Amino acid sequence: MTMTKGGTAKPPSPGGVTGAADAARPTAHAAGTTAAPRRSHIPGEGTAHAAAVEQARKDMLHEVRARKRTRIGADVVCEALIRQGVDVFFGYPGGVILPLYDVLGDYPELRHVLVRHEQGGAHAADGYARVTGRVGVCMGTSGPGATNLVTGIGTALLDSVPMVAITGNVPGVLIGKDAFQEIDINGITLPMTKHNYLVRNADDLPRVFAEAFHIARTGRPGPVHIDITKDALQQETRAEHPTDEEVMAGLPGFRPNLDGHPRQLKLAAAEIARAQRPMILAGHGVLHAEAWGELRAFAEKTQIPVAHTLLGIGAIDETHPLSYGYMGMHGWKHVNKAIQSADLLFAVGMRFDDRVTGNVRTYAPYARIVHVDIDPAEIGKNVAVEVPIVGDAKRVLEAMLPLVGEVDPAARADYFEQLAEWRQESEASSWHGSGAWRDGLLSADFVVQRIGELSDHKGTYVADVGQNQMWLARYTGFRAPNSHVSSGGLGTMGYSLPAAMGAALGRPDRETWAITGDGGFQMTLQELMTLVQDRIPVRIAVFDNKKLGMIRQWQEIIYAGNYHSAHLLGPDYLKLADAFGIPAVKASTPAEVDDAIRFAQGVEGPALIWFEIAEEQNIFPMMPAGKGLSDLIEKWGGAEE
Amino acid sequence: MSESSGGWLRGAQPPTSESKNRLPVEAGSNGRVPADSPPALAPAHTAPPPRALPGGGEHRRHTLVALVLDKPGVLNRVASLMRARNFNIDSLAVSHTDQPDISRMTITLHGDDVAVEQATKQLYRLIDVLKVQDVTAEPTVEHELGLVKVRATDSTRAEILKIVELARGRVVDVSAESIIAEVTGAESEVDQFVALVRPYGIKELVRTGSVVMARGAGSIEEAIKR
Repeated sequence: MTMTKGGTAKPPSPGGVTGAADAARPTAHAAGTTAAPRRSHIPGEGTAHAAAVEQARKDMLHEVRARKRTRIGADVVCEALIRQGVDVFFGYPGGVILPLYDVLGDYPELRHVLVRHEQGGAHAADGYARVTGRVGVCMGTSGPGATNLVTGIGTALLDSVPMVAITGNVPGVLIGKDAFQEIDINGITLPMTKHNYLVRNADDLPRVFAEAFHIARTGRPGPVHIDITKDALQQETRAEHPTDEEVMAGLPGFRPNLDGHPRQLKLAAAEIARAQRPMILAGHGVLHAEAWGELRAFAEKTQIPVAHTLLGIGAIDETHPLSYGYMGMHGWKHVNKAIQSADLLFAVGMRFDDRVTGNVRTYAPYARIVHVDIDPAEIGKNVAVEVPIVGDAKRVLEAMLPLVGEVDPAARADYFEQLAEWRQESEASSWHGSGAWRDGLLSADFVVQRIGELSDHKGTYVADVGQNQMWLARYTGFRAPNSHVSSGGLGTMGYSLPAAMGAALGRPDRETWAITGDGGFQMTLQELMTLVQDRIPVRIAVFDNKKLGMIRQWQEIIYAGNYHSAHLLGPDYLKLADAFGIPAVKASTPAEVDDAIRFAQGVEGPALIWFEIAEEQNIFPMMPAGKGLSDLIEKWGGAEE
Repeated sequence: MSESSGGWLRGAQPPTSESKNRLPVEAGSNGRVPADSPPALAPAHTAPPPRALPGGGEHRRHTLVALVLDKPGVLNRVASLMRARNFNIDSLAVSHTDQPDISRMTITLHGDDVAVEQATKQLYRLIDVLKVQDVTAEPTVEHELGLVKVRATDSTRAEILKIVELARGRVVDVSAESIIAEVTGAESEVDQFVALVRPYGIKELVRTGSVVMARGAGSIEEAIKR
């Protein structure tokens, strides 16, 4: 390749000026001669732009001089992460993000965990964020590195998890040239982030990082993506980090409303005062707002039972007298029954997802609805509500507390009696206290419950997606906020192991369990090596039914037993764990369960348990798609589950 | 109450007394009129009407005005959001405002009032969007500009010129076989003009899409002046 520079063109990269002798050579364009024969393959040769493109191509091939140790864009990134309180982040290097890795060694405060796949990095940042309430950070290079992050970013968006995803991109002048590992990642993440940035100039980095973290954690949390060109990482800069006021001033369109409107609060209080069979529906927003104390005080003062969504698990201690349980598609029958007969739903930080409501036309037919959410767009989106309140769950519940009257539990005696009766009936069915399902093999609900009990309900329990996720949600017994981590909105299989990795680093004081099916486990099991290399103590429980369990259940019940691709071969998980250097044990009978769990708890660092569970156990009750909460299926084929 | 086991929801008997704290409440938007005596727990024979679905109302044309920060990609963000949320844009006009870093978008779309309100709220979620207003029900001046290249022969030219004149349009180009007419007005007025000249043969048509401004002294821009 001929390297030609025209005129006074100056490359923007700090790679230095090479080939200065070429500078004086006139070209056909510069000389203004017409119809000269083409002598070069470089489009627009002799122009400043063409020279810059050529220089950038050389930089892509790493023909750059040794870096000068002045403050460059990559330093700004590290400074910004430290300023935002980041202690650990998850990444994978690649060509254009190498300038950042070049300076990382100078910032020992930042712990970088080298994952085995960028998707694992994104889920780890997500798991870290969910257990700590802080912003999780993940990083990848351009092209495939960036697209691999996408699933994790989408998972964070649908569950409103605060996250900043950083990617490198090709040098600015090569953008749009289909350069090596170039993809329009900004265009890809645009509809699946709260906001995204493309940074081409190092001077913009301090502002962009401050804004990104502010946006990610403020109001309804969510992921923010920052794409940085390689030359921006390499440029020298003196730009200073902005103050909080400057950040706010730069975001005039971002002013989340935190306090509920006083008139709406009064209306809500009036609704509560007249309700005879009210229910509180607690969602993820309660955890985001750290409003569990306020929720409890509010429920106790008004004597209203609290049901929770999948992501609302932990909003109230499940052993609290007013906690009524998990609602929705695979929720407890008594909870769904109570919702269907309630005359008031007080919904906090939840969004009436289709997995919660089923058919909206028949949802909670007697209930008026008070809906508290920080995102105005959630109100009236899925169900029409009587009293909308836009605000932060914590502030709204705080403000509501003095407005509601103290209710004597005796006033609700009939209501509570009915609820208790339903609960006893529903909890007694579909439960395998003996530990064995009808074919004598391990019953998954029993295993999950023993994990909860033997870890004193004080661990972090990270679900994968499918049957295992529902068993975990129903039978573990959650006591503390942020102890349950689950991909609710996007339903990302393969989430459990990498998310548990982040969760274990975020809350090292807790025992961290990754509970996964054999299908999801095989999607991201490469992160086993990350656990080993970084000594991250995750206890992995693989629920092996040799099936894609939820697929098999749907095909059995909804597709008339027409099974396809539900049967799944798996490896010998003991040998697999052994190859990774992870202590592992297998449990196939109820008698082996406790010992296996204690074995894993006794290991320092990661450990794996291979639970061979019943192959055809279904998760019941189940609300078939398109049906309502009153149409739960509780058994199939005449057999009790 | 702090006991952590048992409890009334698990079957323990609370003491009984009369309920209190009743307050009158207005009827809601959802057809769930509060009654002093709520229905029995499972009155199958008196099942209430199906819950109203948001967005099931009558469709009509809405006009939204959005003020946005003039940042790279902001048009893409708005267009992408409307597509992803299943709203169909009829027309979209973008231009500068008197403030250098702020652009103004006029979006027309069809939908029921609740769906359009939802579109408005979704637009507000974009960080670069400063203000969105549905001006459909307000008194406004609404204009769009259309250029129509109509086939014109010696025999039809005079008729076409008459139509242009009646529509208060303007001829901006004349050639041996065609006329370019410029017409401005509300969307319906431009529609009407296009329909009138269609029989002569439209060779080319371009329209800017509506731009609107509220009548009177009030200004949508004032709210966001810094």
